[in-house]
Amino acid sequence: MRETAGAAGPTPSVDSALVPDATETPRRIGRDDVAHLARLARLAVTDAELDLFAGQLDVILGAVARVGEVAAADIPPTTHAVPLANVFRPDRVVASLPRRAVLAGAPSVEDAKFRVPRILSEEA
Amino acid sequence: MSELTRLSAAELAEKIAGGQVSAVEVAAAHLDRIASVDAAVHAFLHVDTEGALAAATAVDARRAAGDELGPLAGVPLAMKDVVVTVGLPTTAGSKSLEGWRPPYDATITRRIKDAGMVMLGKTNMDEFAMGSSTENSAYGPTHNPWDLARIPGGSSGGSSAAVAAFEAPLSIGTDTGGSIRQPAAVTGIVGFKPTYGAVSRYGLIAFSSSLDQAGPFGRTVLDAGLLYDVLHGHDPCDSTSIPQARFAAAAAARQGATGDLAGIRVGVVRELGGEGYQAGVLSSFEAAVQTLRALGADVIEVSCPHFQYALAAYYLIAPSECSSNLARFDGVRYGLRVGDDGNNSLEDVMSLTREAGFGPEVKRRIIIGTYALSSGYYEAYYGQAQKVRTLIARDFAAAFEKVDVLVSPTSPFVAFGIGERIDDPMAMYLNDLCTLPASLAGTPAISVPSGLADGLPVGLQIMASTLADELCFRVAGAFEAAVAATPAGPVLASIPELTP
Repeated sequence: MRETAGAAGPTPSVDSALVPDATETPRRIGRDDVAHLARLARLAVTDAELDLFAGQLDVILGAVARVGEVAAADIPPTTHAVPLANVFRPDRVVASLPRRAVLAGAPSVEDAKFRVPRILSEEA
Repeated sequence: MSELTRLSAAELAEKIAGGQVSAVEVAAAHLDRIASVDAAVHAFLHVDTEGALAAATAVDARRAAGDELGPLAGVPLAMKDVVVTVGLPTTAGSKSLEGWRPPYDATITRRIKDAGMVMLGKTNMDEFAMGSSTENSAYGPTHNPWDLARIPGGSSGGSSAAVAAFEAPLSIGTDTGGSIRQPAAVTGIVGFKPTYGAVSRYGLIAFSSSLDQAGPFGRTVLDAGLLYDVLHGHDPCDSTSIPQARFAAAAAARQGATGDLAGIRVGVVRELGGEGYQAGVLSSFEAAVQTLRALGADVIEVSCPHFQYALAAYYLIAPSECSSNLARFDGVRYGLRVGDDGNNSLEDVMSLTREAGFGPEVKRRIIIGTYALSSGYYEAYYGQAQKVRTLIARDFAAAFEKVDVLVSPTSPFVAFGIGERIDDPMAMYLNDLCTLPASLAGTPAISVPSGLADGLPVGLQIMASTLADELCFRVAGAFEAAVAATPAGPVLASIPELTP
């Protein structure tokens, strides 16, 4: 991680994660990293979860880093078994879902709109 | 009345079409069975008694009026709770969607309704389809009908258990890394993952968009084929759905059941077996290979060297895609909202909501995905994994130059005890070792019961090349007929009774 969460303690060294090696087990992800990622992902994880996840994720990332062992410099990526391009359909106007139906599942409705908490001006 | 729950979908369809039994009687028999055993099995999250009886009544009325009806009209089915069904609670196994009722039907929901099928309810699953045991459900695990202390597999454990427990003759699951095939294997039934794009994803609550596919469960290969014929086909609402999806799966299953595989070349994948696989699984697999030989197939060993990277590639791609797909569950437009007390900002409400609404496995995968997609890491992780995916697809293509189908055990393990692997994510991920390659390549694959190991079912996985879905059904149909002809009979004949 290029920035720490600002917590006390040394920045975990994860540069070696950029050169994955299945035989080494450097610490790839620490508590601060998990806290930072959780913030990015809008997850208000607890301290207990940070401890648990840091250990588990370090093991998982060690395993998945094996993809780096494969020589794949000239290999194109795959996302579909039957590659498709330019998938279009006729641009026909049809009825949308009724507003009532869309708002029926909403946690909070006002004036036939979704009511949401305000976005504060400062954002980390 | 209870004999109706022992019949296959094909048999039920025939009896209903022939007027020997009404769709309402069939629905009622299955609802009774659910009422009798589901407290112990917990396959269902929601049983739609009213809707099922109404659908059955409508089928009976149309038949009485002389209308032409489809091949599965009146046949009951259970639907995995990851598929949206208008007006019925749909949770994806998560607290974040507790009580949510979708305002629209998935395309596959529309297709089964148009086919006159009778949806009994929504089934339990690992939360947002992440898991191999259904223990990650926010609503409690499903129990394997073979041994209620064991897992039914996952993530489609509820759908699989429902069929194995005779609560429904057919069910629908989704398979992203093995979530149809592995539950089918450990509950002793048939489960099929289509060629990617053959079944519409419109209305599937998305986990990993380049991998997710809905597919059928049945107690027989023919039943799974009949349901697959209803489900698959191009859908303009899903831009990844393929126009080439026009298969005759039931016909292929029937052809297979005649028992002749002469001329079919079968490849045993060297990398999907060996150390770490349970002994009973391996011996069941050896016997299955012998059976295929006896049916006339030419069996050779093939090597797919990049399959050893499938687990690493999958546990980068799927979490990456899920971290994006699950961003929508933020408490804004639907589902759970926590912390909206006037003091918390929108971002805080989102964070508190997601913290409260997601279980630990979902959180882990979101965090892994966020990491793998982050600036400076994207190429080394997600980008590299998608390249490994190409190499796995090429391994398949090279193998399919030499053989028509590839075979392996469906999973290295039989059903394990509830609680046994839940604290060790990597130990849980190993369940998918055999199913992941076909998921990554997007090729079709079926699991068919091969026998028992210490009284627990084992599945044979049959994989075919892209768009060769019918071949899976043909080979599986032949294999199933051969197993049924052995002294022990079909694997499900040995399932314990759930009621005294």
